[in-house]
Amino acid sequence: MIFEPEYECMPLDELKTLQLYRLKKQLRRVYEKVKPYRKKMEEAGIKPEDIKSLEDTKYLPFTTKDDFRENYPYGLFATPMEEIVRIHSSSGTTGKPTVVGYTKRDLETWATLTARILSAGGVRKNDIVQIAFGYGLFTGGFGLHYGAEKLGATVIPVSSGQTKRQIMIMKDYGTTALVCTPSYALHIAEVLEEMGISPDELKLRVGLFGAEPWTENMRQEIEKRLGITATDNYGLSEVMGPGVSGECIEAKSGLHIFEDHFYAEVINPETGEPLPEGEWGELVITTLTKEALPLIRYRTRDITKLYREKCPCGRTLVKMAKPSGRTDDMLIVRGVNIFPSQVEEALLEIEGISPHYQIVVDRKGYLDEMEVWVEASEKIFFDSMRKQKELLDTITEHLQQALGVKVKVKLVEPKTLERTAGKAKRVIDRRDLPKYVPEKYLKEN
Amino acid sequence: MKVEQISVFLENKAGRLAEVAQILGENGINIRALSLADTTDFGILRLIVNDRKKAKEVLKNAGFTVGITEVIAVEVDDQPGGLSKILKPLADNEINVEYMYAFVEKSRNKAVLIFKFENIDKAIEVLKANNITILEGEQVYNL
Repeated sequence: MIFEPEYECMPLDELKTLQLYRLKKQLRRVYEKVKPYRKKMEEAGIKPEDIKSLEDTKYLPFTTKDDFRENYPYGLFATPMEEIVRIHSSSGTTGKPTVVGYTKRDLETWATLTARILSAGGVRKNDIVQIAFGYGLFTGGFGLHYGAEKLGATVIPVSSGQTKRQIMIMKDYGTTALVCTPSYALHIAEVLEEMGISPDELKLRVGLFGAEPWTENMRQEIEKRLGITATDNYGLSEVMGPGVSGECIEAKSGLHIFEDHFYAEVINPETGEPLPEGEWGELVITTLTKEALPLIRYRTRDITKLYREKCPCGRTLVKMAKPSGRTDDMLIVRGVNIFPSQVEEALLEIEGISPHYQIVVDRKGYLDEMEVWVEASEKIFFDSMRKQKELLDTITEHLQQALGVKVKVKLVEPKTLERTAGKAKRVIDRRDLPKYVPEKYLKEN
Repeated sequence: MKVEQISVFLENKAGRLAEVAQILGENGINIRALSLADTTDFGILRLIVNDRKKAKEVLKNAGFTVGITEVIAVEVDDQPGGLSKILKPLADNEINVEYMYAFVEKSRNKAVLIFKFENIDKAIEVLKANNITILEGEQVYNL
């Protein structure tokens, strides 16, 4: 079912006309109301009225995470605070988190777009939707929550964690649709097996998974083990949260981008040049309707390709391939975004810790596990076991607070940390993640 | 009065202790006493050797994290009640033992106890007041 066929199935020429109209309007607003954007555009010698076609977008300067940091917390907002009704932000207490705001209308748009995603993924009015994404500053939980309500489905806002409880609820409350990260879905499947519950005893029908990259193999496994149809959806908090794009249950290949609200480009991450449809590169998004936090050419750092094809679902929207890989060193661990630099900053805040560390990410069963190996240098080596363990606890607690994800800290002998060509290798990722991306775009960790 | 002990950080991996022993052996360093404290992830090896400076140097060069800690060595008769005689006055004076280990000196029929105290000076005072023999560093290194 299509939630808003008037937009999702728009003829291409009409869609492009709408995009251009909204883009121009957005640019005028941004130029007038957001100083940092105005400054950037002035530096680039470009004015809103210079943009006469969608292709002209390429003359606009990019926006990056650094712009968020430099204008922390509210500097990129285009509306006064009294019009902002909700704040979300990235996790982490080190460095500056990314803060995003929504007006009332933004929240309505957001709910509509996640309703579209849910609808595309097979959720109907009579479904019972269990949302096992975290509720809080993370956009996952609240984002899909309001979309499911908008769709008229029954929402169980269980939030993340407590797997046995999730399963009890799933079984007793008759959940038919599951919303979480794909790795958590597999973890649920595993615990189901341990508990001796067969998927036949559940009413689960569909699952909508996002917030981390996953492979086709994982999809097949989730579908088989939970007895459901699984679809992927994509979003990022800077742009809005979930609701940027999603797969349709008919094709289950490629995520339809809601082009009436987002203008998508794929660029060569090294040169910044836009790439033609079908070529792999970095996804860049311009928001077309956002009031509180409009973004112009935001570099998502996610690697994908854009393509148009006649889709059995009837949507005319462009598709993006399942995002796979990043152009920066960001890791996604259990749906939480982590930069190695955050780990480094957090470690340096503890006295005596040398900056020699390594992040090891692995998948135990189906859940990501993150270990941080810290060099036991002389400064943090105590002859007393008690002091040594206290230090270990301090580091663990500090990292968990800073990263918002469970971390196991290990003290290692200095020579244990792998060094490649004299340079410390910061990240060892042993997970099986999607890797069908041209090598040249993958930045070495 | 104080003895310098070498501490080595060890990961819990097969062969690490053997490596330490080999390095010390190859460099002609003799181990007088040792103890190993361990957790599931790491261990702390404590050693008293005849040449602590050299031991620290060769282990550091081999990539180990090495520390030097002051401990004290006490000598008692190798007979029942020997340890109790020492611990009693320490307990009476509320002195905490952080850790200890012992070895027997066959030739002199004595036992040597190595103690780590939080307050080492106070411990020495109490032991002395109770006429307990505290060995000098050199005595221990050259046992």
